[in-house]
Amino acid sequence: MGVWSRLFRKKKVPESDSAKTAPLDPETLGKEVLGERHRAVAVGSAQSKGIERTHNEDALLVILGSSGGQEALPDFGLFLVADGMGGHRSGELASSISARAVARRITQESILRLFDLEQGNSSAPLQDLVRDALQDANQAVVERVPGGGTTLTVALLLGEQVTFGHVGDTRAYIISDNQIQIVTRDHSLVERLRELGQLTRQEAATHPQRNVLYRAIGQGANLEVDVFTQPVPNDGYLLICSDGLWGVVSDDEIARIVRGASGPQVACEQLVQAANAGGGPDNITAVIVHFPPA
Amino acid sequence: MRRITRTLEGKLNETGQLSQLEPGATLQDRYLVLGILGAGGMSAVYKGRDLHFPNVTKLVAVKEMINLAADSTMHDMIVRNFEREADLLATLSHPAIPRIFDYFSQASSSYLVMEFIEGKDLEALLQDAKDFLPEEQIVTWAIELCDVLTYLHNHKPQPVVFRDMKPSNIMVDHHEHIRLIDFGIARVFQPGQKGTMIGTEGYSPPEQYRGEASPPGDIYALGATLHHLLTRRDPRAEAPFSFPDRPIRQLNPRVSPELDGAIIQALSYDPKDRYPSAEAFKQALFSAAKRTGLLTGTEASSVLKPRSDVKELWSFECEDEIRGTPLVHQGVVYVGCYDNNLYALDAKNGEFLWKYPTEAGIATRPAAQDEAIFVGSEDCRLHAVTASQGRLIWTYYTEGPIRSSPTLSHGHIFVGSDDNHLHVVNMLSGRRVWRADANGPVRSTPLIAAERVYFGCETGDFYCLDFRGEMKWRFKAKRAVTSSPILVEGMIYFSSLDWTLYALEAEGGWQIWRFRMGKPSISSPVYGEGKIFVGCADGLIYAVDARSSREAWRFQTEHQVTSSPVLVEDSLYCGSVDGSMYCLDFRSGRQRWRFPTGGPITGTPAIADGTLYFGSTDHRIYALLT
Repeated sequence: MGVWSRLFRKKKVPESDSAKTAPLDPETLGKEVLGERHRAVAVGSAQSKGIERTHNEDALLVILGSSGGQEALPDFGLFLVADGMGGHRSGELASSISARAVARRITQESILRLFDLEQGNSSAPLQDLVRDALQDANQAVVERVPGGGTTLTVALLLGEQVTFGHVGDTRAYIISDNQIQIVTRDHSLVERLRELGQLTRQEAATHPQRNVLYRAIGQGANLEVDVFTQPVPNDGYLLICSDGLWGVVSDDEIARIVRGASGPQVACEQLVQAANAGGGPDNITAVIVHFPPA
Repeated sequence: MRRITRTLEGKLNETGQLSQLEPGATLQDRYLVLGILGAGGMSAVYKGRDLHFPNVTKLVAVKEMINLAADSTMHDMIVRNFEREADLLATLSHPAIPRIFDYFSQASSSYLVMEFIEGKDLEALLQDAKDFLPEEQIVTWAIELCDVLTYLHNHKPQPVVFRDMKPSNIMVDHHEHIRLIDFGIARVFQPGQKGTMIGTEGYSPPEQYRGEASPPGDIYALGATLHHLLTRRDPRAEAPFSFPDRPIRQLNPRVSPELDGAIIQALSYDPKDRYPSAEAFKQALFSAAKRTGLLTGTEASSVLKPRSDVKELWSFECEDEIRGTPLVHQGVVYVGCYDNNLYALDAKNGEFLWKYPTEAGIATRPAAQDEAIFVGSEDCRLHAVTASQGRLIWTYYTEGPIRSSPTLSHGHIFVGSDDNHLHVVNMLSGRRVWRADANGPVRSTPLIAAERVYFGCETGDFYCLDFRGEMKWRFKAKRAVTSSPILVEGMIYFSSLDWTLYALEAEGGWQIWRFRMGKPSISSPVYGEGKIFVGCADGLIYAVDARSSREAWRFQTEHQVTSSPVLVEDSLYCGSVDGSMYCLDFRSGRQRWRFPTGGPITGTPAIADGTLYFGSTDHRIYALLT
């Protein structure tokens, strides 16, 4: 029973000019409700360079925080996967530089501020912050790694909302109940053709140019970033993964592995194994955040 | 002189790019390299001199393409394909196509020697221009481009497809004529792509990515090129095939609708929907150009839809302005008026049932619980009266006028007052349970959800209190928050007089996004199908994506929108200070009908049983059949 129902139990209809007073029960008023909502968010991650590749151009970064106590902070976290591209070592550099640039900006301007003793009022909207962070990464790659580029998908968890920043074809999925839903949109040529009805999903999966992106970090001064916010799933998972996973293991199979695993770390390891078992043509990275039932 | 070696390593510099021929190098003992004209990917174009003409300076353009194939069979096949394409080009004869003089392959490169064209390509022209290029100029080029495509597509024995129409492949020579450069011959040299990589051309038609190269593809690419020239919006920086999302006239209003229409047809996804030939495209451009001299670019202003599109069920006249919002409860419409009365009217026919006098104007929406109606008045009081007869049950005093509408929850009434407090009143007794100090007048309607109370304040503060009135968090907007918040999937939305629509995380009050509008807003947002709808004093009704804050559409009324939108099925209803009630298709923002009244509409409509009820400052309350 909700606190409101306990507190303000419905009374009978008032009569005209003769309403009785109904003071609140002071014991009910004083009761603490802390701790009722607490749940343990858990995270796992795994990575493999795959079978056909000699380098790992993927980067991943995970931060998860939770707290307890009288004035407990909300759950917070940063989950990031980037898939670099470009000759020589520029793919590896682009993805790792981008991961750091994004994490630095977001940590400084949102996560660290949670620990301030005075509540600040002047902070920018989280979506603007996430957009700026990816643009910082773009600037860093353009300056430091000419010819390199990277996809990047980051999820910033604060309380009950996850704010995403996304460029490229690394994907974020929400897995809950009996469904798996892609929440990001691939910035790839074939996905665009598929949206226009020019290719079927099967044709897209085998198209020779399926790895061609039209948007990536490090490809010029102006970067357009997809930014959006989703409520956290109740009793569900957030998965962020590079195309080395989703290009090899089907969505249904991914959902089956995640739901069947004993925890997010085991699930990530099993997903990577499944991609390697499917030929491992590319680097594989998976990050899973589990949100238990509230 | 640079030595050409068979190994690729020698061709690539440290950054993995092609290293170029230095000026002074000679190819085939005949072509002296004078300098580089351009380079990209695995090819480069040089300005050269043909040494077979020692007495005159005969300039040529030499295109170098690197053969990346490591396998020798593959390598030879690429060379044969190149030679076949070069042979074909050599047979073409058209003033807009540069002449081919020679070709050869040596070691890991193949070379094409062509006419040298002095001039500037359209990409460079566009970059150097400070403003939009003149429409007549672009149409002149477009017509010449159609001519050369007509020539190529009618080539015998089989049509020649240019494949790579784009501004950087079109030169304007010294005679102001266009010349096509760089036929898509380079594609022979494109290696198989593996792994994640970037790059789409931006101008190519969808079917080209299925491996189809046909004349309709050139028509699409020409349409894309013209779109770029007219809008200055580079398609390589946009999602592929997204031209319909960027209407030409939206980016460059000076372009005539006729030309816009002619180009849109060329950009159809389906080749069958494009022009059947380059000649047909040219004719369409011609007739568009002819008409533009006669027509101006202004559109006829939207005609006021007749009132008969929507049926007035009844209207009822009060003695002063109605600025508030009606409540429909058990077949009765309750509405406050600036004649100080709360009216009760029969919802079916507008028949007067009773009125209850307060001592000042009523600008709020009444609330009802079973047999009791609650209404706040500018007389500083919250009044509880019986629903059936309008007899007083109790009144509750605040120390300032009440302009916030009451919210009922679990036997309690939450209401703001200009006395700088949020009051919580027992519904039965009319006694205060607690009040919270807000430091400024509270005119926003409180939102009660998930054990929290959310409301805005005229100081610009937005508060989240717990059930005991203790502050959980506070957010500060730059100006007053009069708008009433809504909660959808853990996010709070409200607008402010600081010209902004805000989205905050409900638990901690973090600002997730903000959406800038053209003026202050006191309109309360409403949610439907993933979008937030809100009015603004700039006269617009906005539809904004709830997750990303991206604008979906906007609708222009003729005056401020202080009313809050209401959604029913696929319609959005909202009043405007221009005096009209609007009905829009909420998915597209297109107007369905508009119902004019005799005065500004500031309140929000209420809907019940397919009937829309609202008041106007013309003193009347209206009931419309929707």
